[in-house]
Amino acid sequence: MPLSVKHLLGIKELTVQDIHQIFITADNFKQVLQRQIKKVPTLRDTTVANVFFENSTRTRLSFELAEKRIGAEVVNFATSTSSVSKGETLIDTVNNILAMKVDMVVMRHSASGAPWFLAQHIDASIINAGDGTNEHPTQALLDAFSIREKLGDVKGKRIAIIGDIMHSRVALSNIFCLNKLGAEVMVAGPPTLIPKYIESLGVRVEYNVKKALEWCDVANVLRIQLERQHKPLFSTLREYALFYGINSQMLDSLSKEIVIMHPGPINRGVELNSDVANSKQSIILDQVENGVAIRMAVIYLLSGKRDLSMELTKESGA
Amino acid sequence: MKTLFNNDQLHITLQRLAHQLVENHLDFKDTVIIGIQPRGILLSDRIAELVKNITGNHKIDYGRLDITFYRDDVHKNEIQVPSYTDIQFSVEGKNVILVDDVLHTGRTIRAAMDALIDFGRPKKVELLVLIDRRFSRELPVQPDYVGQTVDTILTQKVKVYWKEKDGKDEVVLMDKVK
Repeated sequence: MPLSVKHLLGIKELTVQDIHQIFITADNFKQVLQRQIKKVPTLRDTTVANVFFENSTRTRLSFELAEKRIGAEVVNFATSTSSVSKGETLIDTVNNILAMKVDMVVMRHSASGAPWFLAQHIDASIINAGDGTNEHPTQALLDAFSIREKLGDVKGKRIAIIGDIMHSRVALSNIFCLNKLGAEVMVAGPPTLIPKYIESLGVRVEYNVKKALEWCDVANVLRIQLERQHKPLFSTLREYALFYGINSQMLDSLSKEIVIMHPGPINRGVELNSDVANSKQSIILDQVENGVAIRMAVIYLLSGKRDLSMELTKESGA
Repeated sequence: MKTLFNNDQLHITLQRLAHQLVENHLDFKDTVIIGIQPRGILLSDRIAELVKNITGNHKIDYGRLDITFYRDDVHKNEIQVPSYTDIQFSVEGKNVILVDDVLHTGRTIRAAMDALIDFGRPKKVELLVLIDRRFSRELPVQPDYVGQTVDTILTQKVKVYWKEKDGKDEVVLMDKVK
């Protein structure tokens, strides 16, 4: 079995071996994406449902492209147009979708742990596309994949995750992933946005962004998630930009050139200045490109062995 | 266990296959060689090298093709982690020589042709194999260049060893597969 798991719920459950298998497979899919025909027929017998209980543009688009380019059938589901607003439960919604013969579910949900709950109740493979403030595994995989592509290896590299750590599932998945791959990880930002006891995950904590930038090889800058902040944690966005925003003067004053990443969407002028986001040091658009290859790899590796004879008997019995 | 090729016999046959290719494609101006991953490339590495030496043309286009994503048994077995594809040229309008070590059911070649056509529309595709297990075909696939044709039954296995990978050049037919 190539992966040790049936679902991709979080990076926490993956082995180092799993992550390397995903990267090797993604290398291949990245090559496919650079061809004139950016598509392979591998999963033409597979249907994937994208079930998004929370808004998303790039992740949903990236998953949908990945599914189509690996040959799968795709159905999309968003809460705004569904019966969830009529009071249907999560399991009922997903079971209804599965009754339409769907093999795999890609799910985003605002409640942390929702994909784990679902995995206990349904047979199809589940890919977590972000659950609350918990994990966003494919983002962490594509981030690490992009670092590996840019710097050759992740092992031994120093990665600073800067910004709203408290509300970020990207931060948590990144910490798990980078730790497993042998990188040194630091989180930086205002004390109110860094969870207490985060050191227990094996990361350094820094409250001065300039110092964090001086320390790291790669800065992964996160968005301020105002929609998840239910009480004020800093005074104004302008003040945040002043103390924690990154601009090109800061980068030029460093002793070495570092790599800038951002999972998007960027609040230009808040956590990242436009001149930094557009600079040569930024690999933000490579991350987006790699996202499709990583998701194709995850979908492919999870599609797994199927008992085809069983399906046939069921069909003929019906 | 029966030896199909020992070291010396294998080298003579490789020479013969390379000469047959040159006989049909002369200077290889519009002809490319593509080996099929993972085991076919060990043969195609040798063939490409021999053809280069015979023709004196050292710029012959040579690529390696991975067919994992084109298999028809993706969900029949455990999912496989792919090798790599390396084709740095266009196959549009070219003569393509596909190279694999053992031709058995023909399913790998079917997948390889599908994969190949995603890189462009070749003028012609030919197939070179070292061993042709001629009675085991499940698809209508015929090789153009054959090292040796053998009559085998399903439980037998042909094993091709290469110096680069296995420490010796040898091809054997094994009776029992556990």
